Amino acid sequence: MKVMLVDDSKTMRNIQKGILTQLGYTDLEEACDGLDALSKVGAFQPELLLVDWNMPNMDGLTFVKKYREQGNKSPIIMVTTEAEKSRVVEAIKAGVNNYVVKPFTPDLLGERIKETLSRVAA
Amino acid sequence: MDQSYIIPFVKSVQNVFETMLQLPVQIGQPEIKHPGDSGHDVSAIIGMSGDVEGSVVLSFPTATAVRVVSIFTGTELQADHEDFADAVGELVNMVSGGAKAQFTGKDVSISCPSVVVGQSHQVYGRKDVVAICIPCDSDCGEFNVEVSIRQGAGVPSNAG
Repeated sequence: MKVMLVDDSKTMRNIQKGILTQLGYTDLEEACDGLDALSKVGAFQPELLLVDWNMPNMDGLTFVKKYREQGNKSPIIMVTTEAEKSRVVEAIKAGVNNYVVKPFTPDLLGERIKETLSRVAA
Repeated sequence: MDQSYIIPFVKSVQNVFETMLQLPVQIGQPEIKHPGDSGHDVSAIIGMSGDVEGSVVLSFPTATAVRVVSIFTGTELQADHEDFADAVGELVNMVSGGAKAQFTGKDVSISCPSVVVGQSHQVYGRKDVVAICIPCDSDCGEFNVEVSIRQGAGVPSNAG
């Protein structure tokens, strides 16, 4: 499965890469903000995306809206410090499938990934 | 400063370090920061805007920061490594984000973090906002969270 990690923090992308690799997902692409991600989704065709919210150049919410506007249906998990209910609702309305608040444990992120993929497969 | 602004940062710094680093943090007595107080070696700074405005600084001695970053990244990184600042910045991002989520009913945005690395530097916030220093201790050493925020005008500068 192709997974794209969109986060301006290389540290966070590396942590997510480690968790995904342990789960058996090794076909990974990275993007450092929403603009970078938009430029890469066409060629990479991700089947799952983990997207941060607060990023320079283009934030995660704007990216999600543009990605959905292009007709892309791959599941998106927002992984962010934005924990307020209003933000979660805003993200879901924009097309996010699941939500993980930072800080998170490897187990929690792994569970959300499995949960998201099983929902999509159902 | 409204005392209710401090408790969220105490809870958040403990939660971030415990969850991401499995590192318990003991909190000392918060106190007002004065000009000329001892400097820092590594500071991660983030801005808040909206219903609460100001800045948050997570500051470390170099040795403590190196130990913390090594646990966080799983790699031994010295302070001059290009990924070192990224890791410290992500920590202040999570601490600030976790705190702002506890500001019930307030619409607050946080900026992307900045990181300063340099022996014994000072970080100055707005002159009209009191800075509170929250001393923290851990197995990696002591560090501080400095909170300099107040009620804002209510228009987030970076909504989203």
